Amino acid sequence: MSTTQLTAGFLPLLDSILLVLAREKGFAEDEGLDLTLFRETSWANIRDRAALGHFDIAQMLAPMPLASSLGLTPLATPMIAPIVLGLGNNAITVSGALWQAMAGQGAPGNLDPTPTGAALAKVVKASPRKLRFGVVHQTSSHNYELRYWLSASGIMPDRDIEIVVLPPPLLPDALGSGGIDGYCVGEPWNSVGVATRGGHIATVKALIWQSSPDKVLGMREAWADAHPDLVASAIRAVYRAGLWCADPANHPEAAAIMSGAAYLNQPPAIVGRALTGMLDIGNGVLQQVPGYYIPHASAANFPWKSHALWYYSQMVRWGEVTASESHAAIAAACFRPDLYRQALAPLAAPLPLADFKTDGEHARTHNILAENGPLSMGPDRFFDGAIFDPEALDRYIASQLAQR
Amino acid sequence: MSNAALSILIIDENRIRASIIESGLREAGHTRVTVIHDVNEVARTIEASSPDVVVVDLENPQRDMLEHFFSLSRAIQRPIAMFVDRSDGAMIEKAVEAGVSAYVVDGLKKERVKSILDMAISRFNAFSRLTRELEQARSELEDRRILDQAKGILMKTRGLSEADAYALLRSTAMNQNRRMVDIAQSLVTAASLLGP
Repeated sequence: MSTTQLTAGFLPLLDSILLVLAREKGFAEDEGLDLTLFRETSWANIRDRAALGHFDIAQMLAPMPLASSLGLTPLATPMIAPIVLGLGNNAITVSGALWQAMAGQGAPGNLDPTPTGAALAKVVKASPRKLRFGVVHQTSSHNYELRYWLSASGIMPDRDIEIVVLPPPLLPDALGSGGIDGYCVGEPWNSVGVATRGGHIATVKALIWQSSPDKVLGMREAWADAHPDLVASAIRAVYRAGLWCADPANHPEAAAIMSGAAYLNQPPAIVGRALTGMLDIGNGVLQQVPGYYIPHASAANFPWKSHALWYYSQMVRWGEVTASESHAAIAAACFRPDLYRQALAPLAAPLPLADFKTDGEHARTHNILAENGPLSMGPDRFFDGAIFDPEALDRYIASQLAQR
Repeated sequence: MSNAALSILIIDENRIRASIIESGLREAGHTRVTVIHDVNEVARTIEASSPDVVVVDLENPQRDMLEHFFSLSRAIQRPIAMFVDRSDGAMIEKAVEAGVSAYVVDGLKKERVKSILDMAISRFNAFSRLTRELEQARSELEDRRILDQAKGILMKTRGLSEADAYALLRSTAMNQNRRMVDIAQSLVTAASLLGP
């Protein structure tokens, strides 16, 4: 069978796994794609090289296509995301010293974001210097999650602490050398920080906002319009990679593949933690985190327009973009459930009927209306009990700005 | 010359490449050129020297940090645009292809910055050409070493002259449709496995 060349950029993070498996397990080839992967050193490179057409598609931070389409970035090319590369996968890791201080203020050591955040607030208040936290990019889910957790815990990010940007693989070293006191990053870099730098995982994305999106497959809108068949093939390849990755029987092989020098270049035992959700949170304490990284279940790959709007609400909250109807429309248009449905129709995959959903209302597993359904969804609560209803976007933004 | 007044910051962990760019800029009449290799110094240096133009290589993972820093600067009324000009697609393409990117303070005359970036691009290209050539020379040297070793093995074990050993390697390579150095390499490997 003849194949079409498709180039994809990625960063060394566990949630590049669906792209890696699409290549390594032949899902891309089955779709007629000769998928070539390029490991990059920075999100800025991913963004720029995707914008210039050096990469057809790329692993991107979920807010990245929004930032590009909203004109917040240098090349400001309209970008879309027709499939999500999984839910969760991030955590907030702090230095051993900061953890000691937090434990002294009552942090329970069970990842619960509420008491852990309260303990951190006390430490921040008592600290003679500003604590410094690292995130991986300005318009990243990590930046917004960290800020969300801090704010809801009574810490004002822009006043009480300092946030700096570092590439994921350098964060554990920065923590170890005392350059930063903590960081929010995707796996395996939390586990690496614990294993090699005496870090302690304070809390995780899966508990700050359950079943929330993190990376997407991003691409130029113009390219996607010109190559609908390639887009559909890529969606199916990634979807089937997610299905394969979700099977616990495949976790050892998946971890072995990701541990390779070309991908994460870390021991399989560390790489595998995010896949099984069994984390070493520090000092050898093991904790099972349900839904730590979700590659397939809970419609993990479906690009909800409401999720795009949540990231947009955070961009407004932190002063990166002004609130307006047209900006909201641009943001929502970046996520493309229509392309997702079209591509997966031949697989008889369960497809949500709606493009938007409310997050924060479900503490348990529940079903939603879907074609070829019903579709079982995981819990979707925010740890502070807030509810994000895309119908009431303005009210949500107003309430968050009031918290600033 | 008014160009000389521009302050330029080069951020490159590769010292050789950085110095090649620096000397180019100085030759072009720019006197206010700062070079930093240690990325940890970025924020402090930018604050101290407040450059008009920042030139950074794309291999540098600190690009994200730079942009973050610039956006903070924007917040404190020091507007900074990235690349030369958003509308100049060909220039950006050329720059990224070469592995370099420039960050420019807003309001700076585009033509003045363009010559700086042009220079950086050509220096980047020259540097990677140099690296490629060096790599090639190195691998040619290595190839020759393996060929010599293989010839030596043939001369010793088969009692051939150097010319005959060479001819044997060449005809084997031609028959098998492989490169001579590959044949030589397998011979050397086999010999090492079989022992002295």
